[in-house]
Amino acid sequence: MPPTVEFCPRFLTNRKIDLSLFLWSDQKSSDRSCSSLGEDAKLILKGVMALPVPAKGLRVALFATCINDLMFPSTPKAVVKLLERLGCIVDFPTEQTCCGQMFTNTGYFDAGLASVKTYVKAFEPYEYIVGPSGSCVGAIRHQSVMLAEKAGDTALAAKAAKCVEHSYDLSEFLVDVLGLVDVGAFFPHKVTYHPTCHSTRIAKVGERPYQLLRAVRGLDLIELPDASTCCGFGGTFSIKNPEVSAAMAADKARNVVSTGAEYVVTGDNACLMNIGGVLHRNNTGVRPIHLAEILAHQEGDAA
Amino acid sequence: MSSRDVIFSRIRTALADVPNLEPEQDIPLNWEYGKPLPLPDVLETFVQNCLDYKAEVERVPAAKVPEAITKMLKEHKVRTMVVPAGIDDGWRKAAEKGGVKLIDDDPPKTHQELNEIDAVMTASRVGIADTGTIVLDHVADQGRRALSLVPDLHLCVIRADQVVSDVPEAVQRLKPSVQAGQPLTWISGPSATSDIELSRVEGVHGPRNLLIILAE
Amino acid sequence: MTINLSISPRRTPAPPPGTIGIGQPEPVASPAFRENAKRQLQNTQMRKNLRHATTTIRNKRLLRVAEVPNWEEVRSAGAALKDRIGRHLDKYLAQAEENLTKAGAHVHWARDAEEANRIITGIVKSKGVDEVVKIKSMVTQEIEMNEALEAAGIAAWETDLAELIVQLGHDRPSHILVPAIHRNREEVREIFNKEMGQYGTPPPDKMSNDPPILAGAARRHLREKFLRAKVGISGSNMVICDTGTVCIVESEGNGRMCLTLPETLISVVGVEKVIPTFDDLEVFMKLLPRSSTAERMNPYTSMWTGTTDGDGPQELHVVFVDNGRTNALADPEGRSALRCIRCSACMNICPIFERVGGHAYGSVYPGPIGIILTPQMRGINSAIDKSLPYASTLCCACADACPVKIPIPDIIVHLRNKIADKKKHDMHPHLEPTVMVPVNWMFNSAKHFEFVQKAVSFAAGTALKNTDYLGPMPWPASPWTRARDIPAPPAESFRQWWKKNRGGRR
Repeated sequence: MPPTVEFCPRFLTNRKIDLSLFLWSDQKSSDRSCSSLGEDAKLILKGVMALPVPAKGLRVALFATCINDLMFPSTPKAVVKLLERLGCIVDFPTEQTCCGQMFTNTGYFDAGLASVKTYVKAFEPYEYIVGPSGSCVGAIRHQSVMLAEKAGDTALAAKAAKCVEHSYDLSEFLVDVLGLVDVGAFFPHKVTYHPTCHSTRIAKVGERPYQLLRAVRGLDLIELPDASTCCGFGGTFSIKNPEVSAAMAADKARNVVSTGAEYVVTGDNACLMNIGGVLHRNNTGVRPIHLAEILAHQEGDAA
Repeated sequence: MSSRDVIFSRIRTALADVPNLEPEQDIPLNWEYGKPLPLPDVLETFVQNCLDYKAEVERVPAAKVPEAITKMLKEHKVRTMVVPAGIDDGWRKAAEKGGVKLIDDDPPKTHQELNEIDAVMTASRVGIADTGTIVLDHVADQGRRALSLVPDLHLCVIRADQVVSDVPEAVQRLKPSVQAGQPLTWISGPSATSDIELSRVEGVHGPRNLLIILAE
Repeated sequence: MTINLSISPRRTPAPPPGTIGIGQPEPVASPAFRENAKRQLQNTQMRKNLRHATTTIRNKRLLRVAEVPNWEEVRSAGAALKDRIGRHLDKYLAQAEENLTKAGAHVHWARDAEEANRIITGIVKSKGVDEVVKIKSMVTQEIEMNEALEAAGIAAWETDLAELIVQLGHDRPSHILVPAIHRNREEVREIFNKEMGQYGTPPPDKMSNDPPILAGAARRHLREKFLRAKVGISGSNMVICDTGTVCIVESEGNGRMCLTLPETLISVVGVEKVIPTFDDLEVFMKLLPRSSTAERMNPYTSMWTGTTDGDGPQELHVVFVDNGRTNALADPEGRSALRCIRCSACMNICPIFERVGGHAYGSVYPGPIGIILTPQMRGINSAIDKSLPYASTLCCACADACPVKIPIPDIIVHLRNKIADKKKHDMHPHLEPTVMVPVNWMFNSAKHFEFVQKAVSFAAGTALKNTDYLGPMPWPASPWTRARDIPAPPAESFRQWWKKNRGGRR
């Protein structure tokens, strides 16, 4: 599915980027129009100036998130692979640690603030900050300024607010910034998608993950019953109320199994760790996988 | 200090951070009051939504109201009916024609007496299409609240020009009644409950039958 | 001389021991949420009924909300009006009092539950009666009015069908909207057969468990009480300040009975329940029914402005109750919880409430709104109140459903912060803040995080070398691993991979 008008790439109107650099060469783009674009961009869209990769030279800072960094490195690796394939120059600012939500949401605002500081320090210089997690990106968006303001640090609050503007969940970056739904992925499997709570209700990624998944060649997307219901993870909730958490996770896992899918996919590895943990305990054979890893997957890659 | 003073003082202390502005300035409201709902057919929507709430509805020309009254009361085998003092004379006659014994609420009937009566007939003040609601303001043609509550069948006649599109319009029309100190009863279908296993039961304490005649 | 040692018999069925009210003199004895929840999770009937109820109402609510083209605007208007009220409460209450009095109602003020009950009992006693009929009302449950009246020898009869089931069943409500949802029809039949006859008109012989038949038995049982009642007691959904009008929204008609037939009517109203003007009614009459029972409109709404000659009660009392509301009002970050119109949309959408039901919350206010309202009103001292703000995964479904846009998850986090701060300053040490110190150290600088990663990778590369997933583990991992496996950490973190493969680059 080629990008359509509603996915008019945001960066095409961004003066800091060379407009002539970004489009698939193998796409027919003449049927698209976007009145807000400059002349160069119009030429690109008409196919006159078609170029080999959609995001060539676009510098992106990867926000790996702490859980991915430590526990699920395959996800940020997949993001690197995917974004580089699309032409981005990926940086990994090593000052980064965590979004801080595990502290904030447990009530430890001072510890949460320490993470906000590392985030600002790491990502302040960047125009595009991309994280493979609706939850962590959502936490930055929704809580970082609040934490700084509560601590009376107005300078940090201003910097955090600026970072918030430039922070994207992977699905938002691909669809809104790069204007893509088809990222050239190949994944010949049955999958079902669980829209995680924070990606849906805080980051508000909406339909984007579904759009991206539907454009993956070979992929069979099966609807998940009660998809919008929480999986029961809830950060420290799973420790403080393990019985209720387990009851919720069991229901989610049962719904996943009922689809007959081989993989359950989400945009958040924390939720996936919860759902996948139950699936593994029960030897269901359904595997958890992050959206980024499906999107990075191409023909010839091992499954 | 009286309890009133204590509570007011607690409130003022609690709101120390709130600037001393008029409430409308402090929290402005982006809202247009009394706005009608654009409906293709207000009366038909009213009828459909009343039916949806399990009321029985007859839509007739104004001249045919008595006929409809006779018919509906006969169908429900009503024997006795209490009527408010200000009820239309033609409606009374129509009810009597249907073999119904009319009982005037003068002197006022006791609760026990009302409980023995089959039905009540009233006019109404406002109808709301979007919600299938009739509103009584209990003036002379509707009678006191107990009349339209205790008997098990309520026959209510509403004129087409009393039906509005939605709640905001209705609230505007009802304002004069409230300012005059009249009580209001909003009725949407017969009494209902879903308290046992969420299974809907029509009719608990209020009238189990709601009959509406819409006069055009 | 003989001393009568017999205890005078109760007038109404006794509720279970303990309290779930607010502002009671005795301490709240409920265990923490986790313990309650654990027990409730095993209540198969409750879970089945609640799942059915919440899913049905939830889906129906979506349909009804979708019918309103400007739903988001109505929500915003509702939120703004409620904020106006909260932030200028003294002004509005004074206006409400003036107009209620002008219309002929008697206005009373109660600082707490005890005072409210004293006022109510006094009015009932002055009428020389020993029974009242009452409408389901959250505030009368909150002040545990029925028990206060019982202690004064006055029987308070619940007249809402579900509340009648709860009362006759010596039970407590499990949901604010459908309080007997944890009971099935067979249980209701048993309760009616066993108890109804002891307190009035008995059920018919060989009554079936068909809901219309059961509702019919309740109708007959209560009709007798309605017809003879001299005093009625209600709460109120709204008191309109500019007209002095009191408003009750209901379904069954038991409300109309209580509001119309008795000679004296006492309405108990939380101070936050006022709305500015009669015009504003249009906003709340759109929001409440659709959010609550998921109907376009509830079957009956009654409004009265003082007394009316020859119509309804000729003596009206309005008792305004604080009982902890001003505690919530004093917290600028928590006060929007007072916007609540008691619709229960947040409960019906909450995946936790759906599984544990109202009884787990140890409060008359359960579910998402309960976990922010109860600790603000009652304080964060008892085991249950301290645990309530943690009874959420912060999934935020409640915030989307709330018709007056209460930022429930934000207030939950705010209250957790209050509790964490309190723990830090407590005299005795707590485990959680102690654990947070090294965890915080781990994340407050990338160097520390890298150090930890190296240690984890070392363990992963040696001891856990051939392990993908870890099974059940001892504490502290046990709460997690009792129900699910956990992936073994990889031998190489992303950071280590990046260094190796992208070396010089940032």
